[in-house]
Amino acid sequence: MNELRTLLGNVVTRLFTDRVTPDVLASVEKGQWPAALWDALEENGLTLPLVPEAKGGAGGTWGDAHVVIRATGRHAVPLPLAETIVAAWLLAESGLDVPAGPLTIAPVHHDERLRLSRAGDGWTLSGTAARVPWGRAARHVAVVAEAEARPHVALVAARDYRVTEDRNLALEPRDTLVFDGAPVSAVAPIGARVPPDAVWFYGALARSAQMAGGLEYLVGQATRYATERRQFGKPIGAFQAIQWQLAILGEQAAAAGTAAATAFSAAERGDPAFEIAVAKVRVGEAAGIGASIAHQVHGAIGFTYEHALQFTTRRLWSWRAEFGGEGWWAATLGRSIAARGADGLWPLLTAR
Amino acid sequence: MAVPAFTFELCELPPAAEALRAEVRAFLRAELGDLPPVRRARSWGGWDREFSRKMGARGWIGMTWPKRYGGHERSALERYVVLEEMLAVGAPVSAHWVADRQSGPLLLRFGTEAQRQRFLPAIARGELAFAIGMSEPDSGSDLASIRTRAERAPGGYRVNGTKVWTSNAHRSDYMIALFRTHHDPAKKHEGLTQFLVDTKLPGITMSPIIDLRGSHHFNMVVFEDAFVPEDMRVGEEGAGWKQVTAELAFERSGPERYLSCFALLVELIREVGREPGERAAATVGRLIAHLATLRQMSLSVAGMIEAGRNPNLEAAVVKDLGTNFEQEIPEIVHALLGVEPTIDSGSDLQQALGYLTQNAPSFSLRGGTREILRGIIARGLGLR
Repeated sequence: MNELRTLLGNVVTRLFTDRVTPDVLASVEKGQWPAALWDALEENGLTLPLVPEAKGGAGGTWGDAHVVIRATGRHAVPLPLAETIVAAWLLAESGLDVPAGPLTIAPVHHDERLRLSRAGDGWTLSGTAARVPWGRAARHVAVVAEAEARPHVALVAARDYRVTEDRNLALEPRDTLVFDGAPVSAVAPIGARVPPDAVWFYGALARSAQMAGGLEYLVGQATRYATERRQFGKPIGAFQAIQWQLAILGEQAAAAGTAAATAFSAAERGDPAFEIAVAKVRVGEAAGIGASIAHQVHGAIGFTYEHALQFTTRRLWSWRAEFGGEGWWAATLGRSIAARGADGLWPLLTAR
Repeated sequence: MAVPAFTFELCELPPAAEALRAEVRAFLRAELGDLPPVRRARSWGGWDREFSRKMGARGWIGMTWPKRYGGHERSALERYVVLEEMLAVGAPVSAHWVADRQSGPLLLRFGTEAQRQRFLPAIARGELAFAIGMSEPDSGSDLASIRTRAERAPGGYRVNGTKVWTSNAHRSDYMIALFRTHHDPAKKHEGLTQFLVDTKLPGITMSPIIDLRGSHHFNMVVFEDAFVPEDMRVGEEGAGWKQVTAELAFERSGPERYLSCFALLVELIREVGREPGERAAATVGRLIAHLATLRQMSLSVAGMIEAGRNPNLEAAVVKDLGTNFEQEIPEIVHALLGVEPTIDSGSDLQQALGYLTQNAPSFSLRGGTREILRGIIARGLGLR
């Protein structure tokens, strides 16, 4: 790992450890926007790792972004940081300026389409995007839509769309945005290095890293709990039955971390479709297994709202389904493998 | 803040390793041609001394060892590429596998100069086959409880006792065996010593142990006053436990711990065809996601070995995940296709399924059981 990444890792870890407390998480779940936390992220230059320095970003790579996004999952950061990073990348890669403040991306469903059309000198956007992460909190949304037979990236300000609030299991905003001939602040043909389904792919990429981070938290938390909690006269972690479970949790977290890191490394290289599919399937499966083990080890206290465990496990249960669940990605991956034929598998695998 | 218990830094293969891959593939195409899937399913279990000598001539055994011992001073990552290419086609590598993987590295690290000079060049040429004598009738996972004794005698040691599950001992030239040289019931990890044993020594009797498929690779090896010369001791008296632990780490870290059912996976993909239905596609896709991730984890371990680190813990993680994956494949093929597994009739897929369904239980036993590995991992988490 290079020096910048180590530095970045230290900054986010310190910031999130100090500021993302259970009290903050609970207050955000009641509808409070954590303005001071967001400001701290912007001040520390953590929101735009993929935007060139000339455009006000950190000029980093997907590998750098990975450090930040993984940490948002490890600490259950209640902000659209991953979404802002992906949206800003979409905009910058397509030659557009990146506005300040929290951003989000839409549409997040694979089969949803928004309509972009010319209106006088400008453009307007129409259609409905469901379950947009942090829709109500974002100042702008970056949208990918077809216009004049090619995909475009468009930026729409929050005042120009209607929001119907909804939420995921972790009470993170997942809102419906209605664009009714909404004026578009900026638009450009999608960048040459950006695929038309970038929101879906890079949304899945971000969730993979967040889940891998969440699993890291579960390993540390469940292991610590098992060494503190005593039953039958000794720490429960001294029992083989518990050790076995924690070993499996550790293995799943390790697999998830590797799959996510590999996908970000592929994104850095370009053409990460295979690795993103692998990551969303592998990490999503690990998330389910990991959440289950962490709860079992914690017993009843982990099932309470009072214990912080649930901030992570509820996120894992939602994140694994967002931007395509394991089933969708596995079938997509399976079809692409089958299309190459059985003897194409090994050459493909070793070329990645 | 949770500190990750394991470190799996990504490892990219250098261009030299990729160039080597093309060379290995060309060699394998020429040597093996159209090996049927049921033969490929033997993975590293196929025994062919002639093939091993050809590998040696190519410089693909003892790849990372110093040239003065017949090695080739190539990187652990180049070696990794050779191994995974061999496993992917089920090349018959068994006659040199153990010597290349663990006996040679053991001698390199703990052997005397004379032992290195005598054995390593011959191993690297693919001429010497090694077996491992660890388990005994009453000592499996509890390896430190072994009772086969090596007692001092003029010029060496006199050995009495029994080893079991000694794979390929009947066709190997030497065995690296663990014997007890000192007995103190309170300190069972002490007093263990490793020896190089010529399998043709007087006083050694071997008998086959037939596996559930009816095939012979296991042996029972009985020592009755077998004389092992002093210069065949590996390392100091009593250092055996430490050496065996290091040796087992070599044994656990390779791609053979997740590729055992690769031949069946390939046949599964052939069977579902180029345009599979949703269920078949999702089944295949999930397996590929696991496979691709395991390969990255295994490569990461190779990268750590290359960097001179000691990835014991990470190797245990890869082996446990890897053997679970291997064992899942016959189950999944059965669940998805419902075809009957066969011995030597029916389709290629049915035969590969028949072989691997029966062989699968061994995957999580050999080289340290699942239970032992999870104990190691729990220790790594600070629970022991």
